[in-house]
Order: sequence, then structure tokens, then C-alpha cells
Amino acid sequence: MSQNKRLDSGGRIDRKKVINFSFDGKSYKGFDGDTLASALLANGVDIIARSFKYSRPRGITGHGSEEPNGVIQLGTGASTIPNVRATQQELYAGLVANPVAGWPSVNFDLMATLGKAGAMMPPGFYYKTFMYPQKLWMTYEHFIRKAAGLGKAPTAPDPDTYDKVNHHCDVMIVGAGPAGLSAALAAAKTGARVIIADEQNEMGGSLLSTTQMINGAPASAWLKDTIEALEDYSNVNVLPRSTVMGYYDHNFLAVIERRTDHLGEISPRGARQRMHRVRAKQVILAPGAQERPLIFANNDIPGVMLASSISVYLNRYAVAPGNALVVSTANDSGYQAAIDWHKAGRKVIGIADSRAQSSGELVEEAKKLGLKIWFSHAVIEAKGSRRVYAATVAPINAEGTQVTGASQNYDCDIIATSGGWSPVVHLSCHTGSRPVWNDDIIGFLPGKTVQKQHCVGSLMGQHQLSDSLEQGLVIGAQAACEAGFGDGSNSIKVPSVDLVKTGQAQALFLVPHSKSVSRAPKQFVDMQNDVTAAGIELATREGFESIEHVKRYTALGFGTDQGKLGNINGMAVAAQSLNKTIAETGTTIFRPSYTPTTFGAIAGRDTDSLFDPIRYTAMQSWHEANGALFEDVGQWKRPWYFPKPGETMQQTLDRECLATRNSVGILDASTLGKIDIQGKDAREFLNRVYTNAWSKLAVGKCRYGLMLKEDGMIMDDGVTSCIADDHFILTTTTGGAANVLEWLELWHQTEWPELDVYMTSVTDHWSTMTISGPNSRKVLAKVCDDIDLDKDSFKFMDWRSGTVAGVKSRVFRISFTGELSYEINVQANHGLHVWEAIMEAGKEFDITPYGTETMHVLRAEKGFIIVGQDTDGSVTPQDMDMSWCIGKNKEFSFIGKRSFTRPDTARTDRKQFVGLKPKDANVILPEGAQAVRDPNESIPMTMVGHVTSSYYSAVLGHSFALAVIKDGHNRKGESVYFPLADGRTIEAEITDYVFYDAKGEKQHV
Amino acid sequence: MLHIFCPHCQEYREEDEFHYRGQAHIVRPKDPEALTDEEWGSYLFFRKNPKGIHHELWYHTTGCRQFFNVTRDTVTYKIHESYKIGEQPAVKSEDDLA
Repeated sequence: MSQNKRLDSGGRIDRKKVINFSFDGKSYKGFDGDTLASALLANGVDIIARSFKYSRPRGITGHGSEEPNGVIQLGTGASTIPNVRATQQELYAGLVANPVAGWPSVNFDLMATLGKAGAMMPPGFYYKTFMYPQKLWMTYEHFIRKAAGLGKAPTAPDPDTYDKVNHHCDVMIVGAGPAGLSAALAAAKTGARVIIADEQNEMGGSLLSTTQMINGAPASAWLKDTIEALEDYSNVNVLPRSTVMGYYDHNFLAVIERRTDHLGEISPRGARQRMHRVRAKQVILAPGAQERPLIFANNDIPGVMLASSISVYLNRYAVAPGNALVVSTANDSGYQAAIDWHKAGRKVIGIADSRAQSSGELVEEAKKLGLKIWFSHAVIEAKGSRRVYAATVAPINAEGTQVTGASQNYDCDIIATSGGWSPVVHLSCHTGSRPVWNDDIIGFLPGKTVQKQHCVGSLMGQHQLSDSLEQGLVIGAQAACEAGFGDGSNSIKVPSVDLVKTGQAQALFLVPHSKSVSRAPKQFVDMQNDVTAAGIELATREGFESIEHVKRYTALGFGTDQGKLGNINGMAVAAQSLNKTIAETGTTIFRPSYTPTTFGAIAGRDTDSLFDPIRYTAMQSWHEANGALFEDVGQWKRPWYFPKPGETMQQTLDRECLATRNSVGILDASTLGKIDIQGKDAREFLNRVYTNAWSKLAVGKCRYGLMLKEDGMIMDDGVTSCIADDHFILTTTTGGAANVLEWLELWHQTEWPELDVYMTSVTDHWSTMTISGPNSRKVLAKVCDDIDLDKDSFKFMDWRSGTVAGVKSRVFRISFTGELSYEINVQANHGLHVWEAIMEAGKEFDITPYGTETMHVLRAEKGFIIVGQDTDGSVTPQDMDMSWCIGKNKEFSFIGKRSFTRPDTARTDRKQFVGLKPKDANVILPEGAQAVRDPNESIPMTMVGHVTSSYYSAVLGHSFALAVIKDGHNRKGESVYFPLADGRTIEAEITDYVFYDAKGEKQHV
Repeated sequence: MLHIFCPHCQEYREEDEFHYRGQAHIVRPKDPEALTDEEWGSYLFFRKNPKGIHHELWYHTTGCRQFFNVTRDTVTYKIHESYKIGEQPAVKSEDDLA
């Protein structure tokens, strides 16, 4: 296909570089410098999407990030990106794009039949229609989604990389139009570190398509010089193709740079996209203004475009997207499209101006060129289906609320509209500032802010190029000064630009039709979400008065374009319908991200193995070599169990458990949190943070401690050992280590700074291995000859320092299995050596490595709790039958003590810690299962507790569980029932929570 | 993302480095046993939720591991001051002035 809409000359394109691409399965040619949108228009492609709800054909309406219709699926396979704006996607060789909506294709759309029945789909249609029966919602949704087409996410892993860069800068400038560039020049000159970002491939904004002169020469000359000057500064970072997606508190900005999206589907060099995380001392917002379309009947037919976009396609891309033009405008700037169209040698049918008159320069020029102007008229309806073929023009009253006479149809294939210019206030709102309506500029201006922020250019409603250039220089110098550079005055000569005399614009949003809004053909406000003026009126009639509610009910502004074209018009329609002013109805809030952001750019390199740090113990290589399967505990990888070939998990656990009970097992316990506490008041500190007493714990002794929160609930537990009178080592649960340290610091620093105590985490300093079982002493004796292991001199709950396998060690005789047990701690880097030596020594006793699962079974057989599994932040020591662990005569009111007598903690019907023995010895209760006393009670049943831990015990020969059951301590011997989701009801007997060696003799042997 | 001045490190650091610990200036009663259940409950569970100036406790988790106070506006997120434990805020909240 030839580029039959391409002008013979002009534009910022390179005609020598022809680029082949495809859209919707067809091949086309474009030029280097084209966007996908300009190339499609050059090729005369009218329909590039089907609308969301009514499936109407849609074409390109804009030329930038505002585009609501030209939203495509870029690429294929793993690197595809949904919802890319064709107006922003630069053409590259072999580009493949497809429509996101339209099933089975945009040109033949099954759902278009639905569009013809459009009256049946008012706002809230889905809520109202698909509500019943509820169970069918999933079916409805499937078809609604398929029909609506929201783009497809890739299913395979992304082949590209993405990254992030952190910056600090003095002045961050958003937008590189005339104001932004001038600001950058002035700020750069002071020596301030400047970053200037612009979402387009070329910097310049409006300068890229303007016909105005700067310093007597085409604007492009000034633009070229300025960009070169900026690039020469070593203190300036120029970021084209970079969208500031979010402006966050304290001048933090996220900028997405599309580094290679213009080079191909897969990055040929480095990261495809990069997120710049910028902390700026001063921010200058210069994002410009967005032209508003006028709303009229059938304004969504392909061929209806923004007036400014017509000029951009003509001047920047040398594309005339039609032949015969009708303009509908409420201001002078709409005339520019007609003038440019005429100068490009195309036919201007006429300009419908809603105002009675204007003597602005552009109006005068149009008159001079002999263009037909209809004052006090507007295009009230477009004719056509797949493309505009005529415009219905009618006289309207001065208020723009009524058609006052007969309408006439004019043949044309393109309609340009301009309702005025809305400042792009989005970023200024991201930090919570509310924009303020301004009647003079007919738009919202940025509101008050606490950010160190400046606004300049069209964002402030200044649409004169001369103002933007001058104000840019002034603000640039001022921002630099506030960041500590320069004296605040601008020393750069202001470029000379002629003022363009303009007539007063009219505040016109919805163009009246000869029929009422509800009877007229659809007048689209938000094209991406198919929100019509009638829909908004209906919403207000149904009682939605707040603009936020109207938005949610109609879906106004909810699309991937965030309603850049539709929002202000929608608010105007709502205001009119509610008989209020726009200032009274106000606006919805703009939030990040400004344009859709890929997950790749957000994730950067923080994926896969870099997503979160992984912590390994020193014995990791041994565990891997010996077939361990691993479990994640916090960031730690812990051996879960060590299966032998052919074993089921249960068989492994049975073997590991029996080996430990009958001979000796070994566990890597290095991950347990360890906090070193020193200082002359360390003992007193422990008295305050633990429930039990520490005053008399002698050097060489260990003690189990229970830590509560101030509300009396169990928070952590562990063994603390006395190393010296002013030196203790405290162990915590693996997952709770960081929390406990912060907790201890909190109390020390904020409540008891007078205590002489210091603490630090030493978890990583030690490798810890626990040997457990009746033969553990014999194993230890083989690798340690300087500790007296005699049971009467090295007793249970003692610790000794000595040498194990030639390495200086601390050996703690503590037990989490109920067996004779030693916990050997060595400097971390010796861990593997000592572990291997112990394995060698233990060979004759068939020493068996075990992981967390066997550890859980063994401790549960003994009724030892795991904080966070058997407790959940709502259980007290009394609930857990651990009153033995509470110091009765402690002088200081330790943390949590006062709460024991709170009415809630003193209740007698609290859930209490018990054991459970299922009636069927082979059934393992699911953890978390809810208990009831009467299995025949009707739903909702009275739940009396739940299972916290549940296993099969090889040594007992039956399954068992730990649980918390209301009043459980008094109900041993009774049955409780567990009705499960699968229909089974399991009966279990409440028992004591100690299942094995009830007298606790084995750990003392 | 907040930019927080640590009064111990004497520099601005990113919010990532800090951990919020709730309302500042809550003093643990000297003799908890002397309190009624209601008084104890109020110390334990009741916190201010002001719209505007709020004194907060922050912890420099991945920095100096020191706690300190911050006076922050909960509407604008503006931080008025950072000060050490034991010091009093210069910027007062509505509650302070009442």
C-alpha cells in the first residue's frame, strides 16, 4: 500500500529511510521519524480499534499520550506490551502491532451488533444486568472481557532486562517544551545539577510543529541550538523518551525511560526500560496543556480529530489525514488547523466558531486566506460509520446551550475540534494538591502545595510562546537559586517572539444538538470507556452527585488514558446537569501513573533470585550434596528433610525421628536469632523484658525465657545463657530475630535509657549444630576432649566453652527434642568443618541429619511450642499453660504483667493449649482446622478452637496434634470434632500436650 | 516516599531505611499495678489519629539503629522537624495546645 496521505515535502521525517511494519496482519511502509499513528494515517488506515462497550469503529484522534483510541498491542510473544499508544510508539523496522479490542478483528467485529443495541447499555449496565444469578458472574465476565479486549499480558518470561537508577539533583524539570527548555538553560548556567525529562522522542513539545518564528528564524533553529547547549553542560542530564510517571512526597519523582522501545521488540543493547528515581531539591513542572475536544453527536467516528493534532500531523509528520476539513472551535487556536490544512493544499470546507466574533490574528489570517467562517455555529453531529462523510453544522445561542436554527450538512472527511486548552495538572496533583478552577483560562490550575515546586508555561494557562520562553528563564534561575545556585536573576537574553493577538475563548464543552442529550446520537465524553454525555446525565439523575461517584459509576476516566481528553468535559457535563459550576463540582484526583507503566520497569532487576536476599548457613553445600529439600524461613533456606532415594516424605520423617529418639540426629540450627547483650545492667534489662527471673542465673547456666507484648500476649521465646555477670546471649525464633532486636532497642532507648546495656545481632556470627538423642554424648566425646561431659558436672541447662573438632566452641546442653542434646556453636566460617567432623564421629551411631519438619514433630511430641505457629499474638502464657515461666517475685513490673488481670485476659473461657489424639490413628488433622463440640449443630456452628500443629508420630505409632480449645485445660478426655471442607468430620480426644516422656527424664540422662 | 532527617546521623536519608513505630511521647506508667483497667487500657490501646500535626516515633533500622521523633503533617506529609528521644517538639499539634 502506498502512503497516499503523505505530503510531498516537509516534516521531521527522513524519507530516505523507509520502514516496513505491520498492523492487524497487514503490511505497510512508513518513514524514520514516524510514530505508528502517523504512519497508519499516512497509509489511510482509518479504523485502529473497536470501542470498549459498544464496539464502535475508532480511529486516531490525538498525537500524544492523551490518545484514547489508538491503543495497541505492541509485538508478539514474550516481549509483547499491551495498551501502547500508537501516537507515542516510534516506528522501527519490522514493528508488529495489533488492535487490543475487536473480536475477531477490528474491521469485522461481531460485537458491533451490540453497539446497534446501544441504548440497552446505560452506565451501571454490568452492575444492573449481570447481577443475578450470582454464580453465573464468572461466565458473564469471561465473555465481557473477551469482547471488551483489554490487551493481552505476555505469558512467557520477559526476555528483556530493565533497571533502575537513583539520582539526586538540584533542579528537576518535567517537560521539554519552550518553558521547560528555557528553565533548563537558565538553571544549567548556574552550575546546578539539572535533569530534564520529556516523554517524546524529540524534545521541543509545541516547538516541533509550530509555524511561529523565534529570533526571526524558524523555531526549529532555536530548538536545535538549545538542545545542543544543554547537552554540552556536564551538569545537565537530558532524558528524552522519558515519562515522569509519578511525583511523590518530598520531591521524589519516578521517571520511566524507554531506552530501546524505538529500536525493536527486544532490546539490542542493555536494559529496555529504566526507572530513574529522582530526589530533587527543586522541581519545575512544565508539562504544557492538552487541547480539549468539543463533544457533539457521533464525535467518535474515525476522522474526528483534535485541531492541534491536525497541525502536528501536517507539520511534524507531513501527513494530511483526509481531504476536506471542517473545523469546530470555541477559540482562536482551532483556526491554526484550518490555516495549516489550507497551506498544505487541502480543502477547508469551513470553520464553525461558536463565538459571535473574534478579531484575533489567526482569525484575521483565515479571513485573508478566504476560508469560510460560520460564527455562532458549531458542528453538532458527524455523519458516517467507518469514516466521517459529512458534518452537520447548526447555529447555536451565545451561551452554547441551544441550537437556534436549521442545520446543514457539509460533505467532508475530517472534522477538527477545539474546545480550549486544559493545563496538564496531573503531576501537580500526585502529592495530594487539589487543582483550582480558573474561569479566565477555562481550566484547572495547579493548587497549593508543600512541595518545593514551580509551575511554568501552558501549565499556568500561558499560551503565548513569548511568555513561556521568558517565564521559563525566570523560573529556571529562581529554582536554581532556591537550590543554592546563582543569585536568582536570569542572565540569558530572552528570545524575541511576536505576540499572537488572540480573541476571548468561549467555555464550551458539550455542543447542543437539535435533540435533547438523551435523544441525540451518542455524544462521547470518554471514548476509551464509551462514556457519553447522556450516561453522565443519567448518573446524576440516579442520584450520583459527587464527581467521584459519577466517575466510578460511569467509568469516566478509568481507562489506560486516565481520561486525559474526557475528564474536564465530563466534569462540565456533570456540573451542567447538576446546575452547578465546574468550580463547585470540582475534579476527581489524578494519581500515578501518568501513563501506563510496564511491570518490567517497576520491577527492574529485582526479579527471580534478586527479588529478595537469600540467606544460607555455612553448611549449605553439605545439605545440598546430601539431598536436602529446603524450606524458606524468612529469608533463610533451611533443610526441610533429607529424603533417601525411594522414600516418601512420611517415610523420611519416620526414619529421622526414630533415629534421633533411639540413637542420634543432627540439625543445622544456625538460623536461630542470636542477640548479644552486655553491660552492667544487662541482667536487670532481661528481668524487665522477660516474664521470668534472671537475677540468679549463674555464669555457665541457660534458661528458657518468654517475652510478651505489653498486652500480655506471647511475642517470642528462646534460651538465654549467662556468659559473664554482665554478658548474656539471647536466642530468638528464626523469623522474629530482627523484630526482637528492634523491640529491645525500643524499650532501652525510649523508656530505660539509664540502664547500662548494649545489644547487637550476632546471628550470622555463629554456626550452630544440634546433636540430639541418647548417643549424642558419645558422639560429642569423640570430637571434644576439653569439656567434662559427665552428666553431673555438665548438666541439662548448662553451657561450657571448649574445643570441638579443633575449633573453639560454646556448647549448650539444651534440648528442643526432649532427648539428651547438645547445641554446638562455632565461629560461622568453621561450621562446615565441624559439621563434617561430627558426621564422621557419629557414623558408628548412624548419626542422621534432619530438617525443620522432623524438628517440628519431635518438639510437638514433647509439647514444646513454636511461637507464631502454636501462638498467634492473641494467647497469654496462662493460655499456653506456661505459668511456670512467670517470675512471681520480680520487683519490676515486667512487660505484659499488668495485662494478666485485664478483664479479657482473665476470662476463664479462653482458648487453651492442649493435645489432640484423633480417633483414627492414621488421620492427620489439617493445621488450622476449626473445632466444634457438637458435630450435628446446624451452620453456623459454634467454633471452640483450632489445630495449631499436627503430625504423625513414628515413636507413638499414631497421629497427634496440638491445638487451642476453649476451656481445654478442664476438658481433657472429652471429644471435639473437626468438620472439614471436604465433607469429612474428624473426631479427636483432648489430651495433655506432652505426648512423649511426660516426666521429662530423657533430657537429663 | 518520605525524605527523613535522622537527628543522630545528621543527614537526610530515604524512607526505605526507616521503620515507623507509631505515636511518640507515650510514657509507660511508673507503677502499672496502680492503674485501673481503664487507665491501663487507655495506655495500651488508644492512639491519636490527628488530621494535621502529629508527633511520631521512627527507627533508623538500616542506619544507626536509633529511635527518634518526627513532627509530621498527616495531610501534606510535610515533616516539620526531627528530634531526639527526650527532647520536646518545637512545632505543636492541636492536642499539645489544647
